[in-house]
Amino acid sequence: MIDPTLAVELAYWQQTAIKTLAVMLVIPAGALILGYVFLMKMMAFMQSRLGPMEAGPGGMLQLVADGAKFIQKEDIFPARADRWVFALAPLVVLISTFLIFIVIPVGPDLVVESLDTGIFFALAVSSLSVIGVLMAGWASANKYSLIGGLRAAGQLIAYELPLVLAVVGVVIQAGTLNMQGIVAAQAEGEIFGLGAIGNPFILTQLIGFFVFLVAVQAELTQPPFDMPVAESEIVGGYQVEYTGFRFLFFFMGEFGTAFAFAAIAAVLFLGGWWVPGFDISDNALNWIGPLVMLAKIMLVAFVIFWVRFSFPRFREDQLQAFAWKFLIPLSLFNILATGILKVVF
Amino acid sequence: MSSSETDEAVEPVEADELRDGLVDAFRAELGDAVVGSHVEPGVDVWIRVTADAWRAAGEFARDRLDCTYFDFLSAIDWMPSPFGRDMDAQEDEASADGDEGAAVMEQGVAGGETRFQLLARVHAPAKGYGLFLKCDVEGDPPTADTWVPVFAGANWHERETAEMFGIDFAGHPNLIKLYLPGAFEGHPLRKDFPLLSRRVKPWPGIVDVEQMPGEDEDEAADAGEGAGS
Amino acid sequence: MTAVTDREQLAYIAAQAADSRVNVELDTGDMTLNIGPQHPATHGTLRIVAKLDGEQVVSCDPIAGYMHRGYEKLTEVRTYPQVTALVNRIDWLGSFANEVPFILAAEQLMEVEAPPRAQWIRTVLFELARIANISLFLGDMGAQLGAITPVFFAFRDRERVLNQIESATGGRFHPNFDRIGGIKDDLPQGWIDETRSVMTKMRTFCDEMEDLLLGNEIFAARTRGVGVIPGPVAQSYGLSGANLRSSGVDWDLRRDAPSPLVWSELDWKVWTHPDGDSFARFWVRLQEVRESTHMVDQMLDGLPAGPIMAKVPRIIKVPAGEAWVATENPLGEMGYYIVSKGDLVPYRVKIRSASFNNISIVPWVMKGVLVPDIVTILASLYFILGDIDR
Repeated sequence: MIDPTLAVELAYWQQTAIKTLAVMLVIPAGALILGYVFLMKMMAFMQSRLGPMEAGPGGMLQLVADGAKFIQKEDIFPARADRWVFALAPLVVLISTFLIFIVIPVGPDLVVESLDTGIFFALAVSSLSVIGVLMAGWASANKYSLIGGLRAAGQLIAYELPLVLAVVGVVIQAGTLNMQGIVAAQAEGEIFGLGAIGNPFILTQLIGFFVFLVAVQAELTQPPFDMPVAESEIVGGYQVEYTGFRFLFFFMGEFGTAFAFAAIAAVLFLGGWWVPGFDISDNALNWIGPLVMLAKIMLVAFVIFWVRFSFPRFREDQLQAFAWKFLIPLSLFNILATGILKVVF
Repeated sequence: MSSSETDEAVEPVEADELRDGLVDAFRAELGDAVVGSHVEPGVDVWIRVTADAWRAAGEFARDRLDCTYFDFLSAIDWMPSPFGRDMDAQEDEASADGDEGAAVMEQGVAGGETRFQLLARVHAPAKGYGLFLKCDVEGDPPTADTWVPVFAGANWHERETAEMFGIDFAGHPNLIKLYLPGAFEGHPLRKDFPLLSRRVKPWPGIVDVEQMPGEDEDEAADAGEGAGS
Repeated sequence: MTAVTDREQLAYIAAQAADSRVNVELDTGDMTLNIGPQHPATHGTLRIVAKLDGEQVVSCDPIAGYMHRGYEKLTEVRTYPQVTALVNRIDWLGSFANEVPFILAAEQLMEVEAPPRAQWIRTVLFELARIANISLFLGDMGAQLGAITPVFFAFRDRERVLNQIESATGGRFHPNFDRIGGIKDDLPQGWIDETRSVMTKMRTFCDEMEDLLLGNEIFAARTRGVGVIPGPVAQSYGLSGANLRSSGVDWDLRRDAPSPLVWSELDWKVWTHPDGDSFARFWVRLQEVRESTHMVDQMLDGLPAGPIMAKVPRIIKVPAGEAWVATENPLGEMGYYIVSKGDLVPYRVKIRSASFNNISIVPWVMKGVLVPDIVTILASLYFILGDIDR
């Protein structure tokens, strides 16, 4: 990653350090933004209440205060818990989130590593979190956690398939797995010959977008797919024995992953950092790009969280039936249609 | 339509006939086992049977009188409380008559001979009437047949009656305590089981009387002091 | 005695414990799950011991009594007005409704009749108690199923009804307003118009709940066919209220039992549903709330003028006798059996509370359901702990 404005050649280790720092900052920052705007304020307004108002102006520092509170709590292990597995589980979840951000581009040159297997890599590492969830459910030595962990494993694995299949349609249209390549395909593409706004895949891959969002909702174990953490039944599921900073890791992992998936959705379907209709130089896009990405991420996250607090939750068997009997056939049909149209046109 | 404005002359005869008819049906079915009855015209009917016929009475009501709805089952302890009324202040007790609640055991509606009486109510939703069944239970512990084969809902009611009064229900599938912890000793609703809060701190007597609508405070204060007898 | 060192012994014991831990944790056949007494799903301190086989329930046993306050023993040392204050707290969401059957039974024994205006106001407050109670159920059932938003709307709109109850009686939750022979005070000025507008808002609330929950496919998928209770079983367990009517039994004490309260003078409908599943129970209660708002409107239009208290002596001594009055409370059928010996205090009061019977059916209805359905069925049966435990 070359800093274009400074036009200074940085050594490889300096670049890596900056990249690592950027990714490590983006996770908490993203989690904070999503958590505050959507979980606290939007949810509150939709439920005709105000949400946090005391900590900071309009309650903005509430999550920071929560984070500080979590960090200073006692580190408790349940007596019969498997200590190492118990301690590592939230780290596994968090690390899988970090790894997703390696391939997400926020500008023409602003990407940590522009892998040629970009989107494939992102989906692969995101499914590492299933291991973390299973570790947490098992190691807590608690029946509620075990039930939650088993439910989560079943759900997350079931919804990996629609997630991947939805992306296949995009890949067929873009012709590449590289994330920057997908953005370029949307920027320079045409819809049936009209190229004014390029080819944002949300228009041509509407079914894929829908399937992707539903699968993301399930991957994040958010309502209506939050059986693993169904609060009114199993009181937190696999997270129930976690307190203090370990719970903070789960929390950051959940919202960080939401941020990451919203970013992936923005790149795959909304055109990423590219702004349609203007002819802007690469240099300027390196500065505007992150802002554009942020706006698109907020848009996708709005939909995710809006669905979160509108629907009751599915029962486990209904959830699985929905994935296997509805989403997967739908996404297969989408691939078929995309392939045919791509060849014909 | 409350009982206060009905007397025999104005009362539609059907209600009387209906309830008298229920009593007659019981007598016809159970014969001598029906040892008491009471009809409150236009209001309700009580039928008292012997302990042997307790389950048969329930079955008869359910099968032949269409009383398929089980309301409740409980018991009454007719022994006057050895602790007195617990409602008098210490000063009033000295001046009170003293023979209120003396050792006379007097059962209520439909009579009775024993200290403990079972009380159950069943309904006929299709027909629109309900009836009370009473039964004397005796023995140590007082025993009666269980109603669980007749009405499944009697399960919990009998458990509560058993723990509160010490009545045993022969044939109950699971007669363990319902409300009280497993190691609890005694039967709280019996009259000789003390109410601890009154034993620990005696009642100071009625000191405040709420004003009737339209009165002033002096009258209320005057009336409050003379309360208790 | 073999020369086993302490160290070896400890190691052996630890290994055994580790083995058994693994076996216990892996044995998902016949696992015992304790739901409660502290749990978000139970409306209070109810404990459900469920034996599971994987995610299916093999047997389910509710353990009540964590909130048993000994009401029936307490009533034996309380005067009738004191019992009225006590009895508010049985079903604390629809409190006024608890007082009414007790007062009516005492009035029956005393052969006193409250004047018409008092009866009408009693009925208005009774229906307001029903609306307050059931509107919380509507939001809460959504919350039990995971829809976290409707419950806020329910609490917000229920506040309006509680405000009305408070302005008339002085107490949001525990009015303590009914007296033998009438009611405590007359209605404040402007109350009738305010209540009319609140009823309009509650009808809007019912429509919102219908849109948000009844119309939602996920809600329907979670509740249809779950926890089916056939009519005869419901009757033999003594279920009451909406639980009975949603199993197809057309029995409503407001219409079918004669009462001094004025339901027979209003134009209203009893709602039943043939299915007997959780969806039916929710549906029937929603319709009943709407029906109650219409009833309140009719009553406010037809409220007679007059005194609010009959002539009763200052110190109430109820003549000897036994009386039973049961009314259609928000939770179901609530009745009081008063045995009086002509004294200041009752001799025995048997309190028949609706939730006691409603929950006694849980072992029967939970056989073979999945763990999430436990919560759905409990939520749809709708109980208040104070009502079960008294």
